[in-house]
Amino acid sequence: MIRLANPHYFLSLSRKLTPWLAIAGILFSLSGILGGLFLTPPDYLQGETVRILYIHVPTAWLAMGGWSSIALASLVQFIWRHPLAGIAAKAMALPGALFTGLCLLTGSIWGRPTWGTWWEWDGRLTSVLVLFFLYLGYIALSRSVSNYSTTSRLPALYALLGAINLPIIHYSVLWWRTLHQGQSINLTHSSIDPSLLWPLPLTLIGFSCLFAVITLFRMRYLLAHAQYEARLRRMAAL
Amino acid sequence: MQAKHQRLILGIIALVAVIAAGFLALIAFKKQAAYFYTPTDAVKAHLPLNRNIRLGGMVERGSLTREKDGVTIHFLVTDNYQKIPVAYRGIVPDLFREGSGVVADGHFEPSGSFMAETILAKHDERYMPPMTQQQAAATQTTLQEK
Repeated sequence: MIRLANPHYFLSLSRKLTPWLAIAGILFSLSGILGGLFLTPPDYLQGETVRILYIHVPTAWLAMGGWSSIALASLVQFIWRHPLAGIAAKAMALPGALFTGLCLLTGSIWGRPTWGTWWEWDGRLTSVLVLFFLYLGYIALSRSVSNYSTTSRLPALYALLGAINLPIIHYSVLWWRTLHQGQSINLTHSSIDPSLLWPLPLTLIGFSCLFAVITLFRMRYLLAHAQYEARLRRMAAL
Repeated sequence: MQAKHQRLILGIIALVAVIAAGFLALIAFKKQAAYFYTPTDAVKAHLPLNRNIRLGGMVERGSLTREKDGVTIHFLVTDNYQKIPVAYRGIVPDLFREGSGVVADGHFEPSGSFMAETILAKHDERYMPPMTQQQAAATQTTLQEK
């Protein structure tokens, strides 16, 4: 763990890991999407429209998982002061915002034929939109601080405060009356029939791998940028 | 105590506080953040006639009727305690059907019925193929016959 946190060791590991994660991500995503499009039966109520589930649910999962990871990395940055944690948090903001945007987009496309509306200001939809704006705010904030690629604590504080929204998103459909239906899957039970469920874990793993690939690319970029800035400072000092 | 450990404890306290703040917000806004009135709430609230609200519940089975013009429908919205008659003129979403969830946007008429301007369908968290549903219905009828 400590060796992994060494930037040089991390760089060589991530260089080897990136292509494998990318291949796994593409294979899992493709098999899940093709299975969800052609092999599963239609839903008894929604018919073919239900197939958007196989991309909507993983994007929603990563939207929330992304912010949880950013908050966790920020906490590690606060406590152990490790630069890689801060860089990881910053790197995850872009794929997090991307998947949150995709979640809102696919949800809207799904909502039109099923609910009869593109958008409604109900608890779930609004709290996810807030999450999207939180991501945009985080990206803007982390770019505005002068030491962008090294550790800056202001975005980390913002990330921790933004975590308030996570339980709100999760429990919005349970505790508030919303247009969005309640959760279908928890740790012990799924109200999605097994014949419709199986492509979902595939796209979930696939999308998560792609999220990790983008994160690793961004971390390598941020580390290179930090080196470049340090070199510029040394040259300026000479 | 090492500074690192002090920060660890502070960090955990901060995270717990933040999550607790989220839960407090959820509880505090429980009433205000509700997206629609249930029939029971709507009856209890004595809403003014001209005020636009959303009324949500289930479409009572066997209550859906269509007028001769083909676009005006009447049905009962129920939460198993109260039933409110709703009238709507227009095209309903595909998932709007008896026994399924509905959210109607509109206002109460002096007669006590609800005049809807838009109708949204609300579905539940279950997803299954059509066969399973037929099987489920078949099992239910056999159970009833027994």
